[in-house]
Amino acid sequence: MRAWYHARTVGQKQAVWAWIFLALPLFFFIAIRLFPTGYTTYVSLTDWNLLRPKNFIGAANYLRLWNDPIFWQVFWNTFKYLLIGMPISLVLSFLVAYYLDQVRFLQGTIRALYFIPFLTTAAAMAWVWRWFYQPVPIGIFNLILVDLGFSQQPFLRSTSQALGSILAPAIWAGLGFQVVIFLAGLRAIPETYYEAARIDGVGRWTILKEITLPLLRPTILFLVVVSSIGFLRIFDKVYNMTVDGKGGPLNTTRPLVLNIYQLAFTDYRMGYAAAQTMVLFLVLLAVTVVQLRALRTK
Amino acid sequence: MKTLFVTLAAAALSLAVSAGARAQTVEIEYWQYFFKERVTAVDALIKTFEAANPGIKVKHTHFPYAQYQTKVAAAVPAGEGPDVVQLYYGWLEEYRKANLLAPLPKDQFDVAAVERDFFPIVKAMKADGAYWGLPTAVRSMALFYNKKLMSEAGLDPSKPPTTTDELIAQAGKIVKRDPAGNTLTAGYTMGPVGQDHHWWREILVRQFGGQAYSDDGKKVMYDQKGGAAGLQFYADIATKHKLTTYGFMDETQAAFRAGRAGFHIDGSFRIGTFQGVPNLDWAVTELPSHNGVKSNFASYWVNGVSSKSSGAKRDAAMKFLKHLTSDDAMQLWLKTTGELPAKPSVALSSGNKSDPVYGPFILGLAYSHTTEFVNEAKQRQIFLDMMDRVSLQKMPVAEAIKIAAKEEQQLLDDHFKK
Repeated sequence: MRAWYHARTVGQKQAVWAWIFLALPLFFFIAIRLFPTGYTTYVSLTDWNLLRPKNFIGAANYLRLWNDPIFWQVFWNTFKYLLIGMPISLVLSFLVAYYLDQVRFLQGTIRALYFIPFLTTAAAMAWVWRWFYQPVPIGIFNLILVDLGFSQQPFLRSTSQALGSILAPAIWAGLGFQVVIFLAGLRAIPETYYEAARIDGVGRWTILKEITLPLLRPTILFLVVVSSIGFLRIFDKVYNMTVDGKGGPLNTTRPLVLNIYQLAFTDYRMGYAAAQTMVLFLVLLAVTVVQLRALRTK
Repeated sequence: MKTLFVTLAAAALSLAVSAGARAQTVEIEYWQYFFKERVTAVDALIKTFEAANPGIKVKHTHFPYAQYQTKVAAAVPAGEGPDVVQLYYGWLEEYRKANLLAPLPKDQFDVAAVERDFFPIVKAMKADGAYWGLPTAVRSMALFYNKKLMSEAGLDPSKPPTTTDELIAQAGKIVKRDPAGNTLTAGYTMGPVGQDHHWWREILVRQFGGQAYSDDGKKVMYDQKGGAAGLQFYADIATKHKLTTYGFMDETQAAFRAGRAGFHIDGSFRIGTFQGVPNLDWAVTELPSHNGVKSNFASYWVNGVSSKSSGAKRDAAMKFLKHLTSDDAMQLWLKTTGELPAKPSVALSSGNKSDPVYGPFILGLAYSHTTEFVNEAKQRQIFLDMMDRVSLQKMPVAEAIKIAAKEEQQLLDDHFKK
């Protein structure tokens, strides 16, 4: 071995060391990413229920999924979280960052205040919000509404309001992270561009449209991708804010990830859950590819 | 010198003896979920068992409830884990079908004797002419009531309701609402988190002249008789009588615990939740009857022996199971956990029957039914969805029952065709 090593050229020796150092991350990547993905693909073609041995059943799980109204409802819910949550959270966090960037007084403190929810345990936060939404005499939102003379709102106990009620804390909790990233993006834009624009007498709106937003493109791209994946994988808030973690009432708040969890770990229908996991994987892949292409700098 | 030699020889001998004894010691493992009182009770039972059977050691393992079923389901098929395992009765069928359990040998657990000694609800554990698991304790339901709220409403706390009509009437005196009609104190607790689905399934449906399932448990029958009337009665508590708001204070037991509800139906395992709560003056009575019909719902956890163990371990496991289901174990279990003995001879002792807290639950056992769930969580969800359709979407009860019955029949069919 030693003789073999000494007989190598410098370039070959470097390659050997490169592979040695790469081996560890590569091992983890294969063992923790690639292998489970492949295994899930296999499980999705079986009727495994954890208790009995797996039987290969071909595409039966995918056929069942195609004909399962709950799957389609859950699938649509997932996109509702994305389509409502992502734009609102991006606009809000941009507005906060844009104005915060112009504030000098206590900027650090305000930034920290926005960031704290992001650091809070999701389960604890979800439960506090769950209690906020309760009817009187314990829910603070309804107490305020009733005090102001409005009628009570059902919030989480409503098929139309529940999804929005769960989305609100999810947006709020993620805001701090997005604000910090936007602030970093804003700081990275060279001051000279703004100076030049001001010398030319350009208005604020034009500066925002022509300089700030185009130069924030990489930041926006990053946040769109990250927050899309986040909303597509929403789980903890729904699990903690709905009865028994079922995504009710009547499945109106249940996202795909929660559906997969319920199928796998309360019904033990591992095969069917794996099939839905594959669908989620493909959706995430497609959404990411589309966004990367659409927002790529020309 | 001679003394030294003798001492050494004695020491060597005793070492050899203890090594021999150790070689003969059989260690078995017992699994249950973590619930403080249950763990204490099993630890005490292991101590008496090991004292009586010097050759056997029992290792006691427990997990949080949330992970319990997953761990058992993952470990047992892999040949790992427990020799004796505690399972919810509703899971047993699935485990038995998957060959994860061993039948209890008839020479030690005589079928006729089991049927003579245990409450009849245990029959659900019998298949292919043998028993596959036995409980130490069973649970039933009763009506909790807040004595303070009753007095304040001008009711006599020593005369809690005995019929559903009385329940509605008394709860009507307790309920408090603000001028806009929002519930401030509930007459009766009602909400998705609670045990009311059992109340409807095994009690109300029967009291309104029906039966939720066929006797073999394979057919849904609540869409025929009793189901709709029972559900209408239940929904009316909130809508017609306005005794509460469905989902008031999120969890029904939370409303009762906070002293904001007059009446609350729950299982015997809830006693500990209410005991020792400051300013909560409560008592408990038998479930109200209706149309002269009394009914109750009983459920239980069983101890089964896993199919993985064999030989001496299997024998030790069976011995331990016998110990866990002995009369003494049951009385100890009642004292430690508040769960009711699974044998009438132990449960129905005059001391237990007249106990002000356990008494109503024990009396309820005598006329209780047990649902042969194929998937308790799913079947409960079907009830909750049905109530959501009625309470949120204002769907007529008859229509909601039809949808639920169809969903549940599908679930049963899927289960039994396997």
